[in-house]
Amino acid sequence: MTAPASTPAARERDLKAALKEAAFAALITFGLCIPIIAWGTRQNMDNVLVLDPRWDAVAWAVAIVFVGRFLVALRQQTKDKRKPMVRLLPHGTVGFFQRHSRLFSLFGLGFLVTFPIIAINLAGWSGALKWIDNFGVQILIYVMLGWGLNIVVGLAGLLDLGYVAFYAVGAYSYALLAKNFGLSFWILLPLSGILAAFWGMLLGFPVLRLRGDYLAIVTLAFGEIIRLVLINWVDFSGGYAGISGIPRPTFFGTPFNASDTGFAAKFGFEFSPLHRTIFLYYVILALALITAFVTLRLRRLPVGRAWEALREDEIACRSLGINTTNTKLTAFSIGAMFGGFAGSFFAARQGFISPESFVFMESATILAIVVLGGMGSLWGCAIAAIVMVGGTELLRELDWLKQVFGNEFDPTKYRMLLFGFAMVVIMIWKPRGLISTREPTAYLKEKKAISADMVQEGHG
Amino acid sequence: MVTASPAPLLQVEHVTMRFGGLTAVNDLSFEAHKGQITALIGPNGAGKTTVFNCITGFYKPTEGMITLTQESGDNFLLERMPDFRISWKAKVARTFQNIRLFGGMTVLENLLVAQHNPLMIASGFTFLGVLGIGGYRAREKEAIEKARFWLEKINLIHRADDPAADLPYGDQRRLEIARAMCTDPVLLCLDEPAAGLNPRESHDLNTLLLSIRKDLGTALLLIEHDMSVVMEISDHVVVLDYGTKIADGTPAEVQADQKVIAAYLGVDDEEVEAVEAEVGIT
Repeated sequence: MTAPASTPAARERDLKAALKEAAFAALITFGLCIPIIAWGTRQNMDNVLVLDPRWDAVAWAVAIVFVGRFLVALRQQTKDKRKPMVRLLPHGTVGFFQRHSRLFSLFGLGFLVTFPIIAINLAGWSGALKWIDNFGVQILIYVMLGWGLNIVVGLAGLLDLGYVAFYAVGAYSYALLAKNFGLSFWILLPLSGILAAFWGMLLGFPVLRLRGDYLAIVTLAFGEIIRLVLINWVDFSGGYAGISGIPRPTFFGTPFNASDTGFAAKFGFEFSPLHRTIFLYYVILALALITAFVTLRLRRLPVGRAWEALREDEIACRSLGINTTNTKLTAFSIGAMFGGFAGSFFAARQGFISPESFVFMESATILAIVVLGGMGSLWGCAIAAIVMVGGTELLRELDWLKQVFGNEFDPTKYRMLLFGFAMVVIMIWKPRGLISTREPTAYLKEKKAISADMVQEGHG
Repeated sequence: MVTASPAPLLQVEHVTMRFGGLTAVNDLSFEAHKGQITALIGPNGAGKTTVFNCITGFYKPTEGMITLTQESGDNFLLERMPDFRISWKAKVARTFQNIRLFGGMTVLENLLVAQHNPLMIASGFTFLGVLGIGGYRAREKEAIEKARFWLEKINLIHRADDPAADLPYGDQRRLEIARAMCTDPVLLCLDEPAAGLNPRESHDLNTLLLSIRKDLGTALLLIEHDMSVVMEISDHVVVLDYGTKIADGTPAEVQADQKVIAAYLGVDDEEVEAVEAEVGIT
């Protein structure tokens, strides 16, 4: 582990430095632990605060940090600068995937199209519901949201912390218009997208002059405003109670129910609630693929190049005759449009929506998907969405851990801890996201991926 | 001596630019003519870049008028136009003192971004382009051909698919000029194009600038400290000091001008008193 120090003295010095570093990290951890972990708080029968000392937990935390930091420090001393600290995948894996990205795209597409059939075959008709709905549909919604936000953050470099607002606009558009006017899913899907795009523009105008931190704060506030309006304007949106009984999507007019005119009866199947889930799965799959297709097309169009140029250098853009106002607004509105599509799908799938579904945490999750995936990369977003959303869902499946840690152990409670851990690992291992290279949009002789070191992250 | 056309291409009249109490440019008037290279020189802080920013719309001058007359006779009042329209409609392109390339994009992409507006129209303002309708593909091919022309001209064709940030400094300078030229300008404003170049690169730059003037008839306006570039290629020199024009003429005339020499080199000790009396300090 503590590889080559030429003399014993040098080696000792290395150990000393590592120990010092580890001790320092442990001290900081200890300091942080005192207010957070050292005392558990609860109320007793008389509503008086009771502090339960938990010094054993503190000791564990400090010990883990000490040992971990010590090992990392030792490792860093012998580290070749060019080599990554941890190599999870064999050398050249990423390059291999990138060279054959077309093949893998086709393979992935094939898997996605046949996923419901695979799930039914493996888990049976009753067990497949969970896999198709909780994993398939849920992940695809986030993939789509990630790809939508990717246009704003990844391509145009505008940090948007309130993306969930557009998701909410889409969802409430569908819910209200479908309930009050009885319009069908297929009319409302594009309409909610357009409404969300309109709100995207509305947000765009006031923030045009803002950059960086200021832009992030205003978009964050915008997300909160939409949510607070939905909570407080009870006549319009039902407030906290939300909207229930939202009409479910039909198979082009044929409802999914057990009646004689239902989908199953019409097509001669035995009725199963799974039909609708499978239908929804294919709808969101199609929506996600449209998002990907449009994004790929846009990147090759002047508007896409202008977004990326804007991320690289706004002043140079202006000197080349690019209207940066319009360019930013199109990025906001097209990104918002995909959020709106996803939102209306979400409302149709759930049949019930409330402001609870559109909290800041959602924006953070979607942004994390974009950032972890590698800004601008569709593959990266998809992988990050699978890991983040699929990972959380998988925690629910870990019931067997109860046998190890006792019955009170609930793996889903560790969601945020793992979330944070994943962030830290990515920050250390791949600071620019899983797939950090940029694909050029045009080439003369050969297409060379551009290293992340060259690419700007945008100034907001 | 190149004969000047009757209406000057660019006419800067009584331009004053104030930042709070600081007058960066003071009542400046000069002209730039078609097919000529006009140099704007002066000591550091003389207000040269401010003039550039006024012409290209990055600043709005406090007073004065900047008129651009194209060959077709169209007039543009540059001080009233937003920056991107100056590039798109009035056809004035510029480069920057500190190079501003799109570093994460390839050399070719940089040149394609410069052709944004014509391509935008070809793609039906994105609507047709997304659906794959219309002649966008063909227009994009033409745009790539144009980029190829410029890459050959600046000797960077072998680096076309590399990120712009990867190029050496001198190549970046030339790429920025090529990128500006891809907007088909009638007036190209270059802010210190020779800064940081070695003598050989500087010589190549002169050749490039002269060929742009000769082959494309583009007028050039350049800020430069490198006198070998200025004196060798410019037809007309305007000298600024503390925001005020102190000389205007051919390179030879300017070189001989006492005020210019004083601004650059200062004056002899014996003359200080005379100068002080002239300005009113006792």
